Amino acid sequence: MSTDQGTVIKVSGPLVVARGLTGARMYEMVRVGELKLFGEIIEIRGDDYSIQVYEETEGIGPGQPVFRTGEALAVELGPGLIRSIYDGVQRPLDVLQRDFGDFIVRGAERPALDRAHVWDFVPVANVGDRVEPGDVLGTVQESKLVLHKIMVPQGKGGTVKKIGAVQGNIETEVAVIETAAGPASINMIQRWAVREGRPVKRKMPPVDPLTTGQRVIDMLFPMAQGGTACVPGPFGSGKTVVQHQLAKWANTEIVVYVGCGERGNEMTDVLMEFPHLKDPKSGEPLMERTVMVANTSNMPVAAREASVFTGITIAEYFRDMGYSVALMADSTSRWAEAMREISGRLEEMPGEEGYPAYLGSRIAGFYERSGYVVCQGSDGRQGSLSLIGAVSPPGGDLSEPVVQATLRVVKVFWGLDDKLAFARHFPAINWLTSYSLYQEVVDRFCNEKLDPDWEKHRKRAMALLQREAELEELVRLVGMDALAADDRLLMQAAKMIREDFLHQNAFDDRDSYTSLKKQIALLAAILHYYDDARAALGAGAELNPLLKLEVLDDVAKAKLIAEDQLGQFDELKTRISAAIRDLPRY
Amino acid sequence: MITKEYRTVKQIIGPLILLEDVEGITYGELTDIKLTNGVARRGRVLEVNGDKALVQVFEGTSGLSPQDIKVKFLGKGLELGVSQDMLGRVFDGFGRPIDGGAPIIPEKWLNVNGNPMNPYARDYPNEFIQTGISTIDALNTLVRGQKLPLFSGSGLPHSRLAAQIARQATVLKTGEKFAVIFAAMGITFEESEFFVADFQRTGAIERAVLFMNLADDPAIERIAVPRLALTAAEFLAYEKAMHVLVILTDLTNYCEALREISAARKEVPGRRGYPGYLYTDLSTIYERAGRIKGKTGSITQIPVLTMPEDDKTHPIPDLTGYITEGQVIISRPIHAQGIYPPVDVLPSLSRLKDKGIGKGKTRDDHANVMNQLYSAYARGKNAKELAVVLGESALSETDILYVKFSDAFEDRFVRQGEHENRTIEESLALGWELLGMLPRSELKRIRDEYIDQYYPKKG
Repeated sequence: MSTDQGTVIKVSGPLVVARGLTGARMYEMVRVGELKLFGEIIEIRGDDYSIQVYEETEGIGPGQPVFRTGEALAVELGPGLIRSIYDGVQRPLDVLQRDFGDFIVRGAERPALDRAHVWDFVPVANVGDRVEPGDVLGTVQESKLVLHKIMVPQGKGGTVKKIGAVQGNIETEVAVIETAAGPASINMIQRWAVREGRPVKRKMPPVDPLTTGQRVIDMLFPMAQGGTACVPGPFGSGKTVVQHQLAKWANTEIVVYVGCGERGNEMTDVLMEFPHLKDPKSGEPLMERTVMVANTSNMPVAAREASVFTGITIAEYFRDMGYSVALMADSTSRWAEAMREISGRLEEMPGEEGYPAYLGSRIAGFYERSGYVVCQGSDGRQGSLSLIGAVSPPGGDLSEPVVQATLRVVKVFWGLDDKLAFARHFPAINWLTSYSLYQEVVDRFCNEKLDPDWEKHRKRAMALLQREAELEELVRLVGMDALAADDRLLMQAAKMIREDFLHQNAFDDRDSYTSLKKQIALLAAILHYYDDARAALGAGAELNPLLKLEVLDDVAKAKLIAEDQLGQFDELKTRISAAIRDLPRY
Repeated sequence: MITKEYRTVKQIIGPLILLEDVEGITYGELTDIKLTNGVARRGRVLEVNGDKALVQVFEGTSGLSPQDIKVKFLGKGLELGVSQDMLGRVFDGFGRPIDGGAPIIPEKWLNVNGNPMNPYARDYPNEFIQTGISTIDALNTLVRGQKLPLFSGSGLPHSRLAAQIARQATVLKTGEKFAVIFAAMGITFEESEFFVADFQRTGAIERAVLFMNLADDPAIERIAVPRLALTAAEFLAYEKAMHVLVILTDLTNYCEALREISAARKEVPGRRGYPGYLYTDLSTIYERAGRIKGKTGSITQIPVLTMPEDDKTHPIPDLTGYITEGQVIISRPIHAQGIYPPVDVLPSLSRLKDKGIGKGKTRDDHANVMNQLYSAYARGKNAKELAVVLGESALSETDILYVKFSDAFEDRFVRQGEHENRTIEESLALGWELLGMLPRSELKRIRDEYIDQYYPKKG
């Protein structure tokens, strides 16, 4: 027996306990109280159903009704996602503002996808085709950059009975499929429960680099399409700027940005900036490929817990179309804290630092939804979903549970360092502690497609930086003057790599994005100086003039060379050689 | 509807009371608590479970006995009656006037918890606020709608700095309505008197609203104070088109009150005994700063907190730093050198500075000068540390220049008078003058065109 309504018996912050919901399942959505607040069942003990409520619960009390919906928390997928901004449970924030005002009022509800917009559906499949779930029935030009593919929903495989060009809103029928269970009408919306990953045919190891235009990342700690990365760092070390830079410049076709429990003004920043920034590849505004989920820190904590799942389900949907998708989650620590808060209210036995014992498995489950895959459908198209999570460890302490649970599953670690940030070295990614397990994949790709010296240069740069760190210890004890001349030259080269290559200004128009070509040219110029200078030193040149060459100022400014004038790097190298050659020898 | 009075208090635990056999109670409801001797207190429902209600008593539970209290549930949350007449007035931690003046006739009643601002409705803060303090204006620029806390320690002059900001803050535009809201949470009479006297002396009191919960006032009341202040601020900003600067001091006392309640409820503690929801709770205060598209007014927050043991990784400053848009750090060593304001420039940061400075806002060279001053000062400090270990003789000529630079920087740029109001031009000019101590070739973070224009000519 099942009922469709129950009664509240307990309210404690975002947690409500109700009775009489017989038949309700775990993670089913319910509406709580007269205000019909959104909630989700997260625990069932006998007749007591614990519900996490996505809105402020003031004014809810025992005796008030709880309504079942019979559905798990799900998102709407279809044309209209691109350029949208949603809260953690996919309510469209722009529409809420238009209809309900500048503050989010309780019980406000609007469909996630615009019903009024008319789309042009262009069929790809033909009448009589055998189709399976994931097969593309037709396309809709959703934005200048995104061709939205309307796919056969799960469980709706069969023979196409009817299909044709259609103009209509997302609820308009675009095809009819004769399935085993009879004819199924297909429109442009799918619904998908967020806590369940969307299926793929097959997962494969990543092979292509995900470039970001950030020199320290692309060159030293690269990311791959379909990979996972995390950016932990104390506050003020520039996590959010790194995430924004990735959202702006990642060479993926779709970007999903999840602002999870972070600042409202940061989301505004993205909203205001993205329409004006141009994608370096297509020249179109970045907004044309972006979906945003914003559940800022002051918005209800339970919706924050859901926001990460809402974001990743949307990302998976685009991946299923065969696109490369990147999802940035800022910050997964806030997500973990939301879990901790709910867990505490459920009076669960806590694990480390009050976090629930299932923290590790939840985090692993989230990152495992990434990947480079063969999508569902019979055409064997490939898509990728890359995940980049920011982590905000308390006090910058990397031994805390969220960082540790994340490091167990991610392949790239960009460790932000507040000491670098204080010295205004940005991005403040520490080159000694960070790592990337995609280095080999990316080296292979770049050696082949870009510059055969890629791997060699990268390894030399890393070695110089490592050696510099060792020498610095020594300098701290005995002073710079005590170093041998070639070590001092090495210190100089390492400093140039740090200041003239790794240091990158996100707010400078020219410096904000660097192509791989320019990156390798810039690094090659610095190494060229080091090689020539070392040779000169061996041939009897004096150290000090070598360290004070005027041409080094040009090297320092070489990062501002325009992308269409990379020829200047060859001239620069020539000038470096000439300047060193002209020094007197003894 | 007749509201029922309950005499069914069964437990008193710390600041909480537990009632039984209640009905029709909702979460967050406000309660009137009457003692038989006529004394009245206020409470708020923290949890309802069947016929039991857990109520937090704002004035604390001392002197209460289960037998002699009557509790009335008011059917609504804590509300503040707001009016433009609040300007120039002083209230207690519950929003009742304590300056001897007439009661406020409210234009409307607002729930003090507010509603979260829709991120889509936000307008990006980008209007430069000139505080007249070089370390803030030039290096950690404050903009309208920002929340920029002062991280301080006990015994440091954060109050003087906060008062100086309140006094001097102007926007490089005229004819705008401006208000200051001051919320005191558990600070001493002397500290609060300092602010009140300063506001009175400068006439700022006319455009100020003060909420006072002093050290000897009920601790639990502190939980309501910032919310009252921000509710008044939202009313003045978004309905009366005023630019409101909110000073909250001291957040450490607020967090301790929160911990006290959490402990009394026997909740699973997070770090250092603070509740796991401290981050969420603080964010519902700090995130109420901002601007709204299409509205004139704005709310800028300067929360003040004293870091226990000057430890920045303590949960209170740590979580605050993750929510606020930067922090200004007051440093004990610099204070010990006799420098006012003792701002520790290197770890201080304003996240919104980049949008508030530059051409048309401050000056085109501002960002470059800022970066150069930072990196030069950082290098000078490093060299100085080195000199401590190895002696001055170990330093290169350039490093010695940097050491001299960083000393002069602290002495002239950081140091300024408590009533010295420097314009942004004066601050930048001072910055250039100091950068003039370094050779031109060292100024790697400044574009050539600005160096040509501003670098001091020698001789």
